[in-house]
Amino acid sequence: MDGPDVTWYLAVAGALFAIGTLGVLVRRNPLIVLLSIEIMLNGGNLALIALSRLQGNGDGQIFALAVMAVAASEVVVGLGLIVAMARRRLVLDVDRLSTLRG
Amino acid sequence: MVDVGNILVWIVWFVAAFACLGSGIAVVTFSNPFYAALALIGNLGSLAVLYLLLSAEFLAAGHLLIYAGAVVIVFLFVIAYLGDQTETPWGAGGPRWQSLGAIAAATALLLEIIMVIGLAAGDRLQDEAQIDGSFGSPAALGRLFLTKHLLAFEITSIVVLAAAVGGVVLGYHARPTAQQPVRESGPVEGVWGNREAPPAGLEEPS
Repeated sequence: MDGPDVTWYLAVAGALFAIGTLGVLVRRNPLIVLLSIEIMLNGGNLALIALSRLQGNGDGQIFALAVMAVAASEVVVGLGLIVAMARRRLVLDVDRLSTLRG
Repeated sequence: MVDVGNILVWIVWFVAAFACLGSGIAVVTFSNPFYAALALIGNLGSLAVLYLLLSAEFLAAGHLLIYAGAVVIVFLFVIAYLGDQTETPWGAGGPRWQSLGAIAAATALLLEIIMVIGLAAGDRLQDEAQIDGSFGSPAALGRLFLTKHLLAFEITSIVVLAAAVGGVVLGYHARPTAQQPVRESGPVEGVWGNREAPPAGLEEPS
């Protein structure tokens, strides 16, 4: 294969996952937390596709497609929750959301 | 003999990888969620380039369609609906140790991932398998999906259906009826916590 070998792709995937973790831990706006979770999922996807290329086997790409479907579902439910919170005039700050009481 | 193709692929990889990491950091650090969502588009685009370099053509196209075409648009709609949500990142308003601890945790995680890749996989990552031109094509993936991974395909459809139902349930907004008039009340202190007023149809608990 021309270009960098799979190790380099895995390093980028790990760095993406760490960046996403940082966003989830640091940010207090639930919208940005969701965006950071997307970055983490994409890091995982990149690792799956790189290893699928290493093995020459399509199974990893199938797994990545399933992860994409789960990510889209998660965004729908997460954004629905955020809109429901905003409609109830809750402050959009994950540090201040300490109860599940509706 | 200089291998021009190899050098070109390296250049494309460097540009895509650094654009990917840079826009990822931008998503995490921008204070305005609108700009963060726009930076996510850059992240997704450069990731699609990396997928193409790994000869996953169908996944690159599907990635752009699903994420940049659908997910980010929904994000932008919600951000527009919610209005100004600008937040100062990196701890203003929150304790300083929280940010420092989060940075330390993320760095530790990154080092751990790199160590595990280096130790467990090591030199086994160098020799890629030989692939033919159909690897990663829609036909090959579709054949896998409908033969070997049919169960995963069906389960995925159930997951998406459940998410659609959940989105409708969460977004459903019952119109106030004559029996349940909208309460017009100002900010309420007390058991409702940080909420300004109880929602329509709910009584203040005593």
